[in-house]
Amino acid sequence: MAKLILNRFLLGLLTLFAVSVLIFVCTEILPGDVASAVLGMGATPEALVIFRKELGLDVPAYLRYWNWLVGALHGDLGVALTNKRVIIDEIMPRLGNTLFLAGYAALVAIPLAVGLGILAAINEGKLTDKLANISTLIAISLPEFFIAYLLIIFMAVNVDWFPSLSTVYKGMPFSERVYQTTLPAITLTLLVAAHMLRMTRSSVLAVMSTPYIEMAFLKGARRKRVIVRHALPNAAAPIITVIALNMAYLVVGVVVIEAVFVYPGLGQLMVDAVSKRDVPVIQACGLVFATVFVTLNTLADILVIVVNPRLRHKR
Amino acid sequence: MKLFGHKLTVSAAFGMAVIALFVIVSLFTPWLAPFPESANVGGTWDEPSMTMWFGGDQIGRDMLTRMMYGARMTIGVALAITSLSFLIGILSGFVSAVVGSWVDIFFSRLVDVMLSIPGLIFALIILGVFGSSIPVLILTIAVLDSTRVFRLARALGINLTVMEYVEAARLRGEGLWWVITREILPNAWAPLVSEFGLRFCFNFLFIAGLSFLGLGIQPPYADLGGMVRENAAAINFGMMAPIYPATAIALLTVSVNLVVDWMLSIDARPSGAQAEL
Repeated sequence: MAKLILNRFLLGLLTLFAVSVLIFVCTEILPGDVASAVLGMGATPEALVIFRKELGLDVPAYLRYWNWLVGALHGDLGVALTNKRVIIDEIMPRLGNTLFLAGYAALVAIPLAVGLGILAAINEGKLTDKLANISTLIAISLPEFFIAYLLIIFMAVNVDWFPSLSTVYKGMPFSERVYQTTLPAITLTLLVAAHMLRMTRSSVLAVMSTPYIEMAFLKGARRKRVIVRHALPNAAAPIITVIALNMAYLVVGVVVIEAVFVYPGLGQLMVDAVSKRDVPVIQACGLVFATVFVTLNTLADILVIVVNPRLRHKR
Repeated sequence: MKLFGHKLTVSAAFGMAVIALFVIVSLFTPWLAPFPESANVGGTWDEPSMTMWFGGDQIGRDMLTRMMYGARMTIGVALAITSLSFLIGILSGFVSAVVGSWVDIFFSRLVDVMLSIPGLIFALIILGVFGSSIPVLILTIAVLDSTRVFRLARALGINLTVMEYVEAARLRGEGLWWVITREILPNAWAPLVSEFGLRFCFNFLFIAGLSFLGLGIQPPYADLGGMVRENAAAINFGMMAPIYPATAIALLTVSVNLVVDWMLSIDARPSGAQAEL
């Protein structure tokens, strides 16, 4: 098992390396010349030369990649083009905010979705299940901002329970921070929980169609007991994978939700950088998002290896 | 009521009716819209009235007219993206499945790496470097989306290449193109069609989301996501303006999903085994 975990860990590192190459290729090699891509058609030759020098484009690509990677590993992501701020100082507090919001949503969504998913599987074909199916299908199809604005209308404008903008600042008391981020967290929860519920339900049901479950039924065990005692231990692995997959929706959903609630997170920073076409900031944000994402997936896969009862003993 | 010999559920019928409505409106927008696309016909965020059913937008244009043009734009772009994505995905997927060896390894690893970052982050990176124009948007999202189509097409292709009739075609000396178009594609239609519905929904939401962030379809073109963004400030005054275009997006995606759900349930087996599909 230790060998499997080590393998998965190394694979994670390799993926991260490949992703960093991909980001670099997309931002610096694909456009041909970043300087003229960013400055556009109207740029004078002098401006181009100065800008190229500023971006370090007079150095060969592989060297630039190497310097960028080594810098990133040392926590040096360069400076922003537009305001000359050190990118890492800009990113760290915002990453904290984003992870706080995502973590808050995950804390509510995971138990809710897995619990309801198992409940739907137990009641397969009955009213509860059908209700869960249609409501999650609708929740999946709705755009993030639609849910967010509906919540704002009902919970911030009609009834003044929560603020419609989530303002957070440094040194804010924890309870206040939780209160401010509740509305975006609810929105994210609704988005992610629907996916998770459906996938949990179907992975439990997939286990339910195996012969050993049929055996449990034949020896007279009740449906509830079969699910909890027999099906769940083997459905745990797919459920963990489902949770990890949904962290992807969470990471993506966060970008839009932050824009709706004007929440000072990493997503906002990246969207701003994209609209200002600030390449170093885009690279840095992309790399940080990718790192969070790959780390989550690797952790989930390792967890799957750990909880799988069949891998616990040496063969 | 029955369709293609299968019982039509209420939700599927509702979905089809809404999709038909959207298609008709997008095809005949200039003739159906009550006002010209960018005419100022009222005040900022006018209340809904008999002449302006959904009121005015942030600079006094008719909301319904803008929504019709917006739907036409967003649906058109999403359709273009999904078609291109299927073209790329199906071709590379089937070629990978039929040829195998290093071609398969190359495409599969590339897709693995691309799928290891969330699509939105990837799209933001590309748009940040190339700027946001409609061709860039279509190409970027289509390439990103084709990774999912690739996985499905490759899986289907691998199951089909081992069939005797494909073997027979290869033995009698048919080329790669023949095998893909005449032997494999006709047998892979059914799952690909329902996948097309799902991918369309996803791309529709994706492009609406990007436009909502201000990085998708740019003004002066009307598009549903951008309209939500432009009218967002109205929400602070308790007005419903951004809700209307957002509802239009939601209505279409919910409808497509309802129809796809029905299509999938046709193939499904009755018991718990349904979940595996």
